[in-house]
Amino acid sequence: MKASVKAISYYLPEKIYSNEDFFTEFPEALANKDNLLKIGVKKRHIIHPDELASDIAVKAAEKLFAEHKIKPEEIDFLLFCAQEFDYYTPSSACVIQERLHLPTTCGALDYNLGCSGFVYGLSLAKGLIESSGLKNILLLTSSTLTKKFHLKDRSARFVFGDGAAATLISAGENKGIGEFIFGTDGTGKNKIIVKDGGARNPLTVSSAKENTDEFGNTSDDASFFMNGTGVFTFGLKTVPKIINDLLIKENKTIEEIDLFIFHQANLFLIDNIRKKLELPEQKVFNYMENTGNTVSSSIPIALHEALKCGRAKKGDTVLLAGFGVGLSWAATTVTL
Amino acid sequence: MEINEFIKNLEAEIEELPPGTLKPDTDYRKVAEWSSMHALIVIAFVDMNFNVTLNGADLRKAITVSDLYNIVQEKLKNV
Repeated sequence: MKASVKAISYYLPEKIYSNEDFFTEFPEALANKDNLLKIGVKKRHIIHPDELASDIAVKAAEKLFAEHKIKPEEIDFLLFCAQEFDYYTPSSACVIQERLHLPTTCGALDYNLGCSGFVYGLSLAKGLIESSGLKNILLLTSSTLTKKFHLKDRSARFVFGDGAAATLISAGENKGIGEFIFGTDGTGKNKIIVKDGGARNPLTVSSAKENTDEFGNTSDDASFFMNGTGVFTFGLKTVPKIINDLLIKENKTIEEIDLFIFHQANLFLIDNIRKKLELPEQKVFNYMENTGNTVSSSIPIALHEALKCGRAKKGDTVLLAGFGVGLSWAATTVTL
Repeated sequence: MEINEFIKNLEAEIEELPPGTLKPDTDYRKVAEWSSMHALIVIAFVDMNFNVTLNGADLRKAITVSDLYNIVQEKLKNV
């Protein structure tokens, strides 16, 4: 049996933070407005402090079940990709199993990845279907990263938004999910990090000490930190290479790929990657204007929107590439 | 690419920067509300036009536009 992506739904938290809100809060950024707009975000959805990654993942899954008439008892395995978990132990996936009324015969596990997480999830789902004979895998990706932002971190607050996506991967006769390219470089762990508050560095008084970088972004060790220029350089160098490696592995040319969807990190970066690969604009689909960078959910949200507006249709082969925190990256193709 | 052309092309990439703003001895961080977005524009400009990668340390080292140009030229020699 082969694995393929059958259905995607997503959920965004209610609260919206618009560019108007941003420029009211940071009037000094107005001088740089036209450059900032190149990032491609107009509004983002922000999670309520009392709501967890698992809560919005459950909402995304409930939408998936309702919109595609899927019964919970049909799910054989649940994969939950997030960076925020309900408890130290047990796994949030076990908590979600109960909340979604998934059968007790269902396997469930958490994994912690960011922007590469959706593509990794597809590889795990494909493996479970093709090696263990499972039929329906529910992949939930969820990000609540804005909770970890320092209030004065202008860059992060402009770029990111919260959200969750639910994807059903099912067994069938047709080849759906193709080959994979993976990559990891732990030497880049400090490029995107929340340094304190985990097991390695417990929170101390110094965790709240503010650091302001050369661009005027303020953070502290208890908050999210991203070395924007470092990550941008990583994206420019790594992504074109993995796309070319994947095309070689798939024995395909760019012409044989109907659509490219990159992790929606920043449209300025994606457009530069597009130019490096010499891809025509109409072959790249982006969707981050209304969401911001939603981390592991950015690819499924964009794929859902591409299908909705007809940019992707049944039978198309779409190349997906995720890259970010870890550093971690992965690419694959899906034939819809 | 000569430095004058380098400057002209770089200016074209940055919004809200009237042509002629940058000179070889301009401290480019002082011409605009220098932000991480400007740094990304510079990195992308150099990558696209010269196929060399500037990192954060390169950018911190370069004070003027001509410093930036010279770093790129130096990197081109090592390609």
